Amino acid sequence: MSDVTRLTMTEALALLNKGEVTSVDLTKAHLAGMESARNLNAYITETPEKALAMAGESDKRRKAGQTGLLEGIPLAIKDLFCTEGVQTTAGSHILEGFKPAYESSVTTNLWNQGAVMLGKANLDEFAMGSSNMTSYYGAVKNPWKRQGDDRDLVPGGSSGGSAAAVAACLAMGATGTDTGGSIRQPAAFCGIVGIKPTYGRCSRFGIVAFASSLDQAGPMTRTVADAALMLKAMAGHDPKDSTSAPQSVPDFTKSVGASIKGLKVGVPKEYKPDGLSAEIIGAWDKGLAWLKEAGAEIVEVSLPHTKYALATYYIVAPAEASSNLARYDGVRFGLRVPGNSLDEMYMKTRAEGFGREVKRRILIGTYVLSAGYYDAYYAKAQKLRTLIASDFRQAFERADVLLTPTAPTPAFGLGENLDDPITMYLNDVFTIPTSLAGLPGLSLPVGLSSDGLPLGLQLIGRPFDEETVFKAAHVMETAAQFKRWEAR
Amino acid sequence: MAYLIEGDTGPWEIVVGLEVHAQVVSNAKLFSGAATAFGADPNSQVSFVDAAFPGMLPVINEICVEQAVRTGLGLKAQINLESVFARKNYFYADLPQGYQISQYEKPLVGEGQVIVDLNDGRSTVVGIERLHVEQDAGKSMHDQHPTKSCIDLNRSGVALMEIVSRPDIRSPDEAGAYLRKLRSILRYLGTCDGNMEEGSMRADVNVSVRKSGEEYRTRCEIKNVNSVRFVMQAIEVEARRQIELYESGGTVLQETRLFDPGRGETRSMRSKEHAHDYRYFPDPDLLPLKLSPDFVAQIKASLPELPDEKKDRFVRDFGLTPYDAGVLVVDRASADFFESVAKGRDSKLAANWVMGDLFGALNSTGKTIDTSPVSAAHLGELIDLITDGTLSGRLAKDVFALMVESGKAPSVLVEEKGLKQVTDTGAIETVIDQVMAANADKVAEYRSGKDKLFGFFVGQVMKASGGKANPGLVNDLLKSKLAG
Repeated sequence: MSDVTRLTMTEALALLNKGEVTSVDLTKAHLAGMESARNLNAYITETPEKALAMAGESDKRRKAGQTGLLEGIPLAIKDLFCTEGVQTTAGSHILEGFKPAYESSVTTNLWNQGAVMLGKANLDEFAMGSSNMTSYYGAVKNPWKRQGDDRDLVPGGSSGGSAAAVAACLAMGATGTDTGGSIRQPAAFCGIVGIKPTYGRCSRFGIVAFASSLDQAGPMTRTVADAALMLKAMAGHDPKDSTSAPQSVPDFTKSVGASIKGLKVGVPKEYKPDGLSAEIIGAWDKGLAWLKEAGAEIVEVSLPHTKYALATYYIVAPAEASSNLARYDGVRFGLRVPGNSLDEMYMKTRAEGFGREVKRRILIGTYVLSAGYYDAYYAKAQKLRTLIASDFRQAFERADVLLTPTAPTPAFGLGENLDDPITMYLNDVFTIPTSLAGLPGLSLPVGLSSDGLPLGLQLIGRPFDEETVFKAAHVMETAAQFKRWEAR
Repeated sequence: MAYLIEGDTGPWEIVVGLEVHAQVVSNAKLFSGAATAFGADPNSQVSFVDAAFPGMLPVINEICVEQAVRTGLGLKAQINLESVFARKNYFYADLPQGYQISQYEKPLVGEGQVIVDLNDGRSTVVGIERLHVEQDAGKSMHDQHPTKSCIDLNRSGVALMEIVSRPDIRSPDEAGAYLRKLRSILRYLGTCDGNMEEGSMRADVNVSVRKSGEEYRTRCEIKNVNSVRFVMQAIEVEARRQIELYESGGTVLQETRLFDPGRGETRSMRSKEHAHDYRYFPDPDLLPLKLSPDFVAQIKASLPELPDEKKDRFVRDFGLTPYDAGVLVVDRASADFFESVAKGRDSKLAANWVMGDLFGALNSTGKTIDTSPVSAAHLGELIDLITDGTLSGRLAKDVFALMVESGKAPSVLVEEKGLKQVTDTGAIETVIDQVMAANADKVAEYRSGKDKLFGFFVGQVMKASGGKANPGLVNDLLKSKLAG
């Protein structure tokens, strides 16, 4: 048999069902791939023994006729999800060696559906970053390179390890989390599919928190059908997360292949800032043309408060982060650097335990919440957030789904954009408004840049209408025929 | 009479507001399923949520909300159908999250009031500004190890109600009476056990002083005072400190202070560099708390009769004085005890027995109404025995003493000890005849006009009957026999 790691989940499930391959076969092939691709640094922790044990159990279940949605499928888990007995670092030194005694709800759902864990994927520290360069465990390399250029590129972030693993076939799919674009931007950079579902669709229980009102888990896969399947397995109301929505989970796989005749696709006019590259605009136009060809109607919409989104995000997210990260104090778990007093222990532990980007955001967050500045920053940002959400509500009166670029550029070089945090933050300019509004956003690869790098487009849906997003995504995927991982 | 402190520059008025932290009676914590029982081994009642492990999320305990709403209704306060939990951020070793989940701008309960009964029989009203729900922190212990501090997280996450009064209190006595009344209401409602020694009720005391007619001056907050007596002492001590400061030309700084009962002084608690900026903001892990009017209405319908209403009813239906009624309703068990004794009986007699003999006996034996050796039914029976003439007042006291000792029913004791009052006229006449025969000279004196000897004959007859003769019958029979 050819290399089973190149299969999509859907293809692999068919072979498993026919008995042509076992979960143990799939798992072994992936573990071998992981070993030979360690230079990508996609995983912080590999769990081969656990993976083989889980695969063996899965094969037994399959024999007994008990198959879950992802029965036997090997996955990478972003190292932000707590996994029982397996080191969970959040990409930070401060959690080095931390082995939770509990399992996140999303991974619990995945295991209940028969999935197999290959290991814990690398990420930007506490999911703060757009390059995966802030990880304490080293940067992740994008499996893609520019044509005729051997320099390493970033996979995007923060779910960079997950994206690189899926793109390099070191996992059939991976969990990601998205706070301002952390699933969609790395998916675009690595030429894969990633969806941040509606806020509340997946439980946040057991996911190390970055910004609670924005954090949302989602699948990262090589096809739209796989994303639909994996999201179905991950999602669902969870009484342990008060912000998880008491909504039933539709069968997203039914949307894959459904007609989009008459669908209204909105194009936000504010998403074409001066200086947006002709390549990105070209990809966007191509995407619109495909949708039109399939019977959709293209309408222009306006999201007038878009220009405030980045500033709003960089107040709200750091504010919540500054409070969420207060628990990493050296008292109960993770790193402790001793001091002569409690305050000294705090200062030493946090100084050594957190990296520069995390410290920067804690400082920003502490500042915007402090007495005398709260109204000027945090309170105002909350008002803007409401306005941004209302922009989308109005746009969705005219359109059923929106199409935009995912990121303003393709993947950039490792080490680039590090000097200027603002340039780095601009990576998420197209993904952040969706996050602030809590809407579902999916990125899929639609083509290559002139220097041979994947370009992604983003589909944005109404709250809890991932189905329409999947429908449109599948139409575009079919038209794009972007299956580059098969050749790699 | 207003309470005033005489200073060198004249009289000073004191202004006090109390923030009472009352632990909610509930089996589980505010945002986790961990238990809340007092006195458990350190760190034996801690969930991952309480210890703020990564990825843990709070989920509101509906019982705690219900208890807080019940308390709000008991304080005649406005219930806010939408309230918001906020994070109060600060670092301390016994605060695992690095923030306390509390309520800030939108508390669960708004304005209410407490009617406070004072010792001189007057009543005054203390306004309630708000009641909000929040998590307790853990406990730091600095005396367990020479160089380390130990942390017990059993309390971490336990639900508290912070009940904030208006600065309506004007004397230490009023503060004491307010606290006792608040505690009484909470206990009636079953929402807080009010045990200050176990820390289930603590008070932060805001004190300022002023000259009559002035606006409020700067206040100091005395943190975590844990008994009614200490609250009263702390107010007095702090007021005197502030007066001395003003009178010696100083100013009072707004600050947090600690009361040291041993030294009888308050002292500043935090230095400037630790001045806290709590950076309150709405907790993004919790949605705004929304209550339906039905939920509130159901709780309202299930409220018990509270002390004020009970007191009014006791005055109205049992003819008690407001003072007696006030004493009886302080705790629900005493009130219930009294009511069950008084039912169908002479209520004044019942009140006297409960408040006098019973409370006295409980006091001297160190028991409470719940552990009383004399049950309400037995005390009622004793009163019945007095009313039907079986026992004289004096005999009844003897029987009561035996009841306290033995816990037996009065009828049983009367039977066992033969204490029954003699109401057989024949038997009493025989005794009278014997007494008259033995004191023929005194009989002659009486008959010649020395009326005062009547008391002597009564005493002799009672003595001869062993105290069991019915005094009324003795009087009547003796009178007619002596008359010849």
